[in-house]
Amino acid sequence: MIKLLGILIIILGFSLKLDSILIIMLSAIVTAVAGGLTPTELLTTLGETFVNNRSMAIFILIMFVTGTLERNGLKEAAAKLIGKIKNPSSGKVIAAYGVMRGIFGAFNVSFGGVAGFVQPIIMPMATGAVEASGNEINEDHEEEIKGMASAMENIAWFFCQVLFVGGSGGLLIQGTLAGLGYDVDLGALAKVAIPTAVAAIVSSMVYFILKDRRLMKKYYKK
Amino acid sequence: MSFVSFFSSADVTLATKLLEVVYMIMGLLAIYTGVKNVCDKENSSRIPTGIFWIVLGIVIGFGRFINGMENGAVITGVLIFIMVIPAILKKVKPGKMDKPTAEQSERLLKKNGMKVFIPALSIGLSAIVFATFTELGAIVGVAFGVIIGVIFLMMMSKENTPVVFLKDTERLLSTVGPLCILPMLLAALGSVFTKAGVGEVIASYVEKIIPSGNVTVGIIVYALGMVLFTMIMGNAYAAITVMTVGIGGPFVLAYGADPTVIGMLALTTGFCGTLLTPMAANFNIVPVAMLDMKKRFGVIKNQAVIAGFMIVFNIVYMLLFS
Repeated sequence: MIKLLGILIIILGFSLKLDSILIIMLSAIVTAVAGGLTPTELLTTLGETFVNNRSMAIFILIMFVTGTLERNGLKEAAAKLIGKIKNPSSGKVIAAYGVMRGIFGAFNVSFGGVAGFVQPIIMPMATGAVEASGNEINEDHEEEIKGMASAMENIAWFFCQVLFVGGSGGLLIQGTLAGLGYDVDLGALAKVAIPTAVAAIVSSMVYFILKDRRLMKKYYKK
Repeated sequence: MSFVSFFSSADVTLATKLLEVVYMIMGLLAIYTGVKNVCDKENSSRIPTGIFWIVLGIVIGFGRFINGMENGAVITGVLIFIMVIPAILKKVKPGKMDKPTAEQSERLLKKNGMKVFIPALSIGLSAIVFATFTELGAIVGVAFGVIIGVIFLMMMSKENTPVVFLKDTERLLSTVGPLCILPMLLAALGSVFTKAGVGEVIASYVEKIIPSGNVTVGIIVYALGMVLFTMIMGNAYAAITVMTVGIGGPFVLAYGADPTVIGMLALTTGFCGTLLTPMAANFNIVPVAMLDMKKRFGVIKNQAVIAGFMIVFNIVYMLLFS
């Protein structure tokens, strides 16, 4: 029972929003003490696992390209691509962003999230689509558009980032399973995630387009 | 094995050697980030920031050789403790940053157009190609893709000099900050759990609830446990280390379920939990503030239907294909 103290620390610590790194280190120390590991054994386990999982730091190398991509107009190019949809509605703009975010997420490329892309680019496009149809944007509709756009950002990123072979999700699964004695391949892990990613993107596209159509009727009586 | 004998040894495969080179480059980039910040007069916390990134760089770049020495892993363990101290004290800070200007990105976009997508996609493609068709593996593939991306960007514009790449890496790394080591720390914590026998303890409790040998019930409990734990902790990565040691391993995988299918779907089911919880503030609450929304749960409400659907989808997927 006392061995579970470390897990309790993790649950409480994350729930109370304490410093994540502090929680993890504390949990490791407490678990080691409760489980009867010597300090040397704890240090060895930490040192070995951390080094064995160095591949999770691959993001450092990827940043060597992504930082400079931004400089070369990646965001602006993405906005241009979304601008090409015909008869845009807020729902369609959000759905198109979801597809693009998902595809590029699978290649570990981000356009800047809510702060960097949804707020400055998607929001004006989505509300602009309503205004282009001759309506003044309704405040409650705008609130829903903000919610849907942020939701699309999260959903597309979560379910599609695991498609990237060498992404942190797959590497963590590989590392966790290796600790239990199971050997899994990164490419095979990504393949398993394809149906999930497609289901998540398609279902949210349908959901947001339908929802927006309903909101349009509700707020603008046309 | 020492540094020289590792690279000259015929017993070590090319894949392993290349991988080690990749780690060294990663390590050097982290060390550069540290050195830059130590020298940066605009950084309010120069030395602690430097300690964090330089020690991280040493562990990533040279961990294999440190661990290869007598008691080497103990030294690495100590280094990890030294590294996390400035992070816990919130003393790892970004310094001066040279952000790309709207003027520059507009101008370069006008010059090169949609070509900017090519280097953006090169990394992922290269990772897939290397993982599928070579013995070198995905990580070396990523590194190769980075090289292609860099060459392409340099051809696109003379403004993309090696110094620009280096500075941009430092800028991004400093922006993300020390939390970027979370996945590695969680993996290390997971193995501390395993060593201490935490899994067996949880298993002995869960055994009383789950009829042993019933993989179907095991999968459902594991999946819902991932959702619940992620909602409480706000982090699917933290949840999967605990849940897999306690439930996924002993009640699902031990009965022969496919670890690849179960592992990946457990994580994505955990993501459904992330969509449902205000604990994942970065994703669900920060946007509310950023977009100036009125309802605190405005983002989560828009995610609830999809999250529910995906939980069911994933459980059915696991039951059918593992």
